[in-house]
Amino acid sequence: MTSKIIEVENLEHSFGDFKAVDNISFSVEEGEIFSFLGPNGAGKSTTINILTTQLACQKGAVRVCGFDVRTRPHDVKKSIGIVFQDEVLDRDLTVRETLEFHGRIYSMPRDQRLAREKELIELVELGEKVNERTKNLSGGMKRRLEIARGLMTRPRVLFLDEPTIGLDPQTRLRIWDYIKGVNEEGTTIFLTTHYMDEADMLSDSIQIIDHGRIITSGTAESLKNTLGEDMIYLETKDDDKAVEVARRTPEVSQAKRTSKGVELILNADGGKTMPTLLRSLEKDGIGILSVRMKKPSLDDVFVHYTGREMRDVPVENTMPRHRRH
Amino acid sequence: MTREFLTIYWREMLRFVRFRGQLFAALVQPALWLLLFGVAMTSNFNSDLIPMPTFPGVVSVDYLTFMAAGVMAMTALFTCLFGGMGLLFDKNWGIMKEMLASPMRSYHIQIGVGLGGITKSLIQVGLIMGFGLILGVEFFSGFSVTHMLTSILGIFAFVAIFSAGFIFLSAGLAMRVESMESVQAIMTLLTMPLMFSSNALYSTSSFPTWLQAISSVNPLTYFVNGIRYFALGDDFTAMGTHYEYTTGDIVMSLIVLTAFTCLAFVFAWQAFRTAKVK
Repeated sequence: MTSKIIEVENLEHSFGDFKAVDNISFSVEEGEIFSFLGPNGAGKSTTINILTTQLACQKGAVRVCGFDVRTRPHDVKKSIGIVFQDEVLDRDLTVRETLEFHGRIYSMPRDQRLAREKELIELVELGEKVNERTKNLSGGMKRRLEIARGLMTRPRVLFLDEPTIGLDPQTRLRIWDYIKGVNEEGTTIFLTTHYMDEADMLSDSIQIIDHGRIITSGTAESLKNTLGEDMIYLETKDDDKAVEVARRTPEVSQAKRTSKGVELILNADGGKTMPTLLRSLEKDGIGILSVRMKKPSLDDVFVHYTGREMRDVPVENTMPRHRRH
Repeated sequence: MTREFLTIYWREMLRFVRFRGQLFAALVQPALWLLLFGVAMTSNFNSDLIPMPTFPGVVSVDYLTFMAAGVMAMTALFTCLFGGMGLLFDKNWGIMKEMLASPMRSYHIQIGVGLGGITKSLIQVGLIMGFGLILGVEFFSGFSVTHMLTSILGIFAFVAIFSAGFIFLSAGLAMRVESMESVQAIMTLLTMPLMFSSNALYSTSSFPTWLQAISSVNPLTYFVNGIRYFALGDDFTAMGTHYEYTTGDIVMSLIVLTAFTCLAFVFAWQAFRTAKVK
């Protein structure tokens, strides 16, 4: 049995009339990589801010590392590390000074501080930049430095709020490697992201969150498995009839209309099912306009549960936030 | 072990010496005041066009010496009023989030920044005093070495208390407002009346009553009194005004400044305690 390092029960949080987090409960096992996946404005940052004691907990119970965020915020702060969504760096301090400052405000003893700085600068491969001011670093280097800083105090949990937002694909891969490495050394990771691939690549456990609620959760594998072996998207001249026909096919476990056509979830190999299916459709005189088959991804999971794609989420749902460069 | 404020102080000083241009301006600007305004005004007063009453038996000091104390005080005022601005930058574009998310109590930020402001003021005031002496400012004239040293310590004590007050005020404002523009507006609104209702550049004895009332609640007035007392003695004349300070006057000045600094401390403390960074 592993122990639970974060426990959240019936958490709610409102900004005025807007309910950003709506009665969510979950727990994080020690040592895992746990993700909150959802579109902007889903309530991810609000949750992370409550868990890291930056926002007061309005309703519900939250324990981090065994400490209640309401009564023991100081102890929570001491046990965690945070990598903020925005860039939070002093542009005029060097890489080493940034880590040194952090270690000092966390009251780390000198020897420990210096040893840790050396170790982390090596880990995030900023050895050549130790005396460079942070304003001269690239976006990826800044992120790596922020991750290193979050790890200075050897926190039990590292919170990462959208760690690869605005970074190029290659840099993202590198950041993922660091996150995995850090996790392998025993640090629990709490991650928020709106990138499906990020959640898929990294997480042991994913919660899909939308409009302040957890829609579904599980491992990336189990989430995708709920959508069967393969998925087929059809566009036909008569979608309603196509759904009917598909439902009669034994290999189709679910068939439904979407805004763009017909979505089929198969419980068998799609490659073998497809010819049979197309034949039955033709027999019933349904004109087929397009066919697309794919292995279910987390995108499909999100679409399946919310009825829309993540990037379709209207802007008014996003919480006001400024992004700095 | 709670010495985190020293870390904040360390960063303040690191930034002070790192911004060469700003450091240069901070040191050159008061020197220019002394050199241009001071020398220009002094040559006006020293001409025979404006006859000044004299007080037999009392030391008379020239305008440059008189206003040097004012320039020292104004320098400390400006340095500290703008000294809290760094916090606004930290809040909007920097590491305030990191500091507030850390287990460090937020008053450490206030104390660290306060110490930074005091140090910067002391350095500047010391340099202006030195530069003034080279220009011909007649501070400490006729003082023994011990008297001079204790006087310098006295001046520095006043600088420290006054600077702390204004840096706390500035820090408290920076933590409360959102934008750079509103802070600039508040600062501009503050500096002008503070400067011109004080005795930094001229005597307040011929002010109309209402202006005298303002002057008597202006911390800058008490600060300048302190500097003049230590630099020029308790009995002198300047520009036709006779200045006499009793020990009671100076103790009173110290009390007023300390009270002001305490108020500013509470103002900033409240601001830090409730600070949130979005």
